[in-house]
Amino acid sequence: MANVTLRNVRKTYPGGFEAIKGVNVDVADGQFCVLVGPSGCGKSTLLRMVAGLETVTGGEIDIGGRVVNQVEPADRDIAMVFQNYALYPHMSVFNNMAYGLRNRGMKEAEVKTRVDEAARVLELTPMLERKPRQLSGGQRQRVAMGRAIVRQPKVFLFDEPLSNLDAKLRIAMRVEIRKLQRRLNTTSIYVTHDQLEAMTLADVLVVMNGGEVEQIGNPLAIYEKPATTFVASFIGAPPMNLMPTRADEIKSQLGSTEAGILGIRPEDFVITDQTPAGGIALPLTVEAIERVGAETFVYGARDQDEQRVAATPGELPPGEVIVRIPGSEAPPIGARIRVAALRQKLHLFSGDGRTRLEA
Amino acid sequence: MVEEEGFRRYVAHAILWIGIAIVAFPVYIAIVASTQDNALIANGQMSLLPGGHFFEVYYQTIFVGTSGSTREPVGNMMLNSLVMALLIAVGKIAISIISAYAIVYFRFPFRMPIFWIIFITLMLPVEVRIYPTYKIVADLHMLDSYAGLALPLIASATATLLFRQFFMTVPDELLEASRIDGAGPLRFFWDTLLPLSRTNMAALFVILFILGWNQYLWPLLITTRDDMQTIQVGIRKMITTTDALTEWPVVMATAVLAMLPPVFVVVAMQKLFVRGLVETEK
Amino acid sequence: MQKQAIFQSRLLPYALVAPQLAIVLIFFYWPALQAVVQSFLLQDAFGLSTTFVWFDNYIELFRDRAYFEAIVRTFLFSFAIALSSLSFALLLAVMADKPLRGSMLYRTLLIWPYAVAPPVVGVLWIFMLHPSLGVLARYLRAMGIDWNPLLDGDQAAALIILAAAWKQISYNFLFFLAGLQAIPRSVFEAAAIDGARPMRRFWTVTFPLLSPTIFFLLVVNIVYAFFDTFGIIDTMTRGGPGTSTVTLVYKVYSDGLLGGNLGSSAAQSVILMVMVIVLTGIQFRFVERKVTY
Repeated sequence: MANVTLRNVRKTYPGGFEAIKGVNVDVADGQFCVLVGPSGCGKSTLLRMVAGLETVTGGEIDIGGRVVNQVEPADRDIAMVFQNYALYPHMSVFNNMAYGLRNRGMKEAEVKTRVDEAARVLELTPMLERKPRQLSGGQRQRVAMGRAIVRQPKVFLFDEPLSNLDAKLRIAMRVEIRKLQRRLNTTSIYVTHDQLEAMTLADVLVVMNGGEVEQIGNPLAIYEKPATTFVASFIGAPPMNLMPTRADEIKSQLGSTEAGILGIRPEDFVITDQTPAGGIALPLTVEAIERVGAETFVYGARDQDEQRVAATPGELPPGEVIVRIPGSEAPPIGARIRVAALRQKLHLFSGDGRTRLEA
Repeated sequence: MVEEEGFRRYVAHAILWIGIAIVAFPVYIAIVASTQDNALIANGQMSLLPGGHFFEVYYQTIFVGTSGSTREPVGNMMLNSLVMALLIAVGKIAISIISAYAIVYFRFPFRMPIFWIIFITLMLPVEVRIYPTYKIVADLHMLDSYAGLALPLIASATATLLFRQFFMTVPDELLEASRIDGAGPLRFFWDTLLPLSRTNMAALFVILFILGWNQYLWPLLITTRDDMQTIQVGIRKMITTTDALTEWPVVMATAVLAMLPPVFVVVAMQKLFVRGLVETEK
Repeated sequence: MQKQAIFQSRLLPYALVAPQLAIVLIFFYWPALQAVVQSFLLQDAFGLSTTFVWFDNYIELFRDRAYFEAIVRTFLFSFAIALSSLSFALLLAVMADKPLRGSMLYRTLLIWPYAVAPPVVGVLWIFMLHPSLGVLARYLRAMGIDWNPLLDGDQAAALIILAAAWKQISYNFLFFLAGLQAIPRSVFEAAAIDGARPMRRFWTVTFPLLSPTIFFLLVVNIVYAFFDTFGIIDTMTRGGPGTSTVTLVYKVYSDGLLGGNLGSSAAQSVILMVMVIVLTGIQFRFVERKVTY
């Protein structure tokens, strides 16, 4: 059991490329921390630095009160689940799980107890003598998990462990991983590019972009109050609608002095002729709709010279707006509709998108 | 594929059988000749059907040798060839796999120069540097020794390149998982990389064994003692004597015995052979 | 070129490359260097003194009519062997690539001669075509041909080309078959639907798509004819009659062994090295082109 603390961690490659530009994260004992971000944001590099697979060029990584910058991966008391599982193809399932224990000189009887227990938990008992190639994708995934849990490490590290599975299995394994982590109560760091996976798994969510942390916090808090336009568009699907606004309008409507960016989530719109006080209303022409059953997504184009509507923050440049409405509704293509959102559903960001303006 | 009607298929079958006949005919003749009486052959009266001297000819060949100038039994020559071929195959695989491991899995000063030094050897067969090599081996007192037979033929990069290529396809995560599982470089090599290389090693072994067994010019130069002769050299010496004295049934039996091990390897391990051949030529 | 995931160790990698490096330096670089050095030296008749003679050994070689003939002969042999063996092997491979019953059996029966050593090949063929006792020679004489390769240089050359080409059939067959099988079946089907008859399909589709393999094999066969024919020549004709079957490699061997002219033999070795390097270079450049198209 341990907490993991990253203090101003940096990674600069010999060529001068800065992959990680000073990251501070604190994962408390037993917490499930998810690093999420687009590919190339540095999340995997960060995880591999915690594992000891990449060197740290600045700052400190602290596992359970011990700075591990110089410690070999094998001695950090961590276990890792890889994206492609990295199972030893020539070893049986049993030996795959036992290998790390035997390398540490554990007695064979104890190895067997641990592996059998892990196999029982993961429902792998009938497959212990098989080779990885005789297993299905989901089973391989579970062996990779088993290899991690037999070690009973201080920290689990997951590097996109579900991305090689099909959609249905991914959801099932997601639930299993969460249940398992709760039961073992082991501190975990999990890397994914899938924001839905991130939202559902995390106690602490770390949104990364360009080698930096954009926002850290409880997933719902991040969803409700994204700190930057990047977070706003990355967390939530479909993404938040972002529209540049003029300075004077922000001033009058939202009490800010800068030109900024207005954000509204698709689900916060309703189709209505009314305009809520302090809210926003937009006339749209329906260009496309996607009906997925429980809900319908409307892709609308804002009119270029739209009519001024009371309390609308000004002329918005032309662009597409996504609106989510109940699945029972579906306006025809080409129809002109009018959508509105409440004052408290509006998000406002500075013009560069780096700061959230309203509280 | 485009299915073809009957006639064309028969033509294809016929051409293939003609090809097989052409390929097999000389060997058939050798087998037939090795069972006949020498006098009959020397008169140009050889029959195209097997004769009745099979056992006596092969017994003489393997255990006694020709009655002419070289009296070395072919059994001993085969032993020499076998030792040389095994030394070349095993030696080359062993030194190549560890050097490829170093070049792929470590970063160290002079790594690239060392790689190039090894790589360039790919270009030049032993034939073009034959006398200087002979001199070195003589200076090292390795004439008429198995080491002298095998070492100069081990000095080439094919196997190193093959293993390097294979190691590059092994996922990085396997090494990382091993490191987390507490395995050091030697342990990773022994527990993971070596078992994964088994098929490649086997394919390479098949090819190198055949090449080693079939070596000719080099053993011809450095073996002076009859008891160190390989079978390829021995067979040549058997027909050195004037024609009239050549014991053709023994020569042909020796030819058959010389073909037997490598042909058996090709046929029995066809898959590995094809794989090895294609891989080493890349 | 190298992995991202690597081990850190100061001495281990050197220990791992040391055996191969030692063998390569002692048995490859040192002799190759010796060959180059020796090619600039002239040894007196008793081997007591050597003098540095610049390019004299080379100049003498190129003035030597026998050497010039050996070069021409080697190339003639090479092309004759390559062309005859390649075309026959291609015919067989195209047939074996058809969806026929027993195609695996055909493959097995056609590839094994690869394993027959050159001197054995020589012995097999000289025995069949031996003027006084050869089984095939009988028929040739019956056909009115004055067959005696032990006396007639052209016949000796033909014999060597025949034997060398025979040995190379299986190798070429194997690579042609692999090359044919790498061509997507749908291409043939499209050509058939486009109205191309089998013969036309071969020349307009198969042959062009196979050209990388053909080129690769051409180079390999030429290198083979340079070096591996040594065993065949040495058992069949010993370079004779006269010098009518002396190739470059055979000349290196016989000049060094019999003539004791080490300077000239070394110069010949160096020239051979250069030729092989050029051939390999052509092949590498070609392989690169193939990768990038």
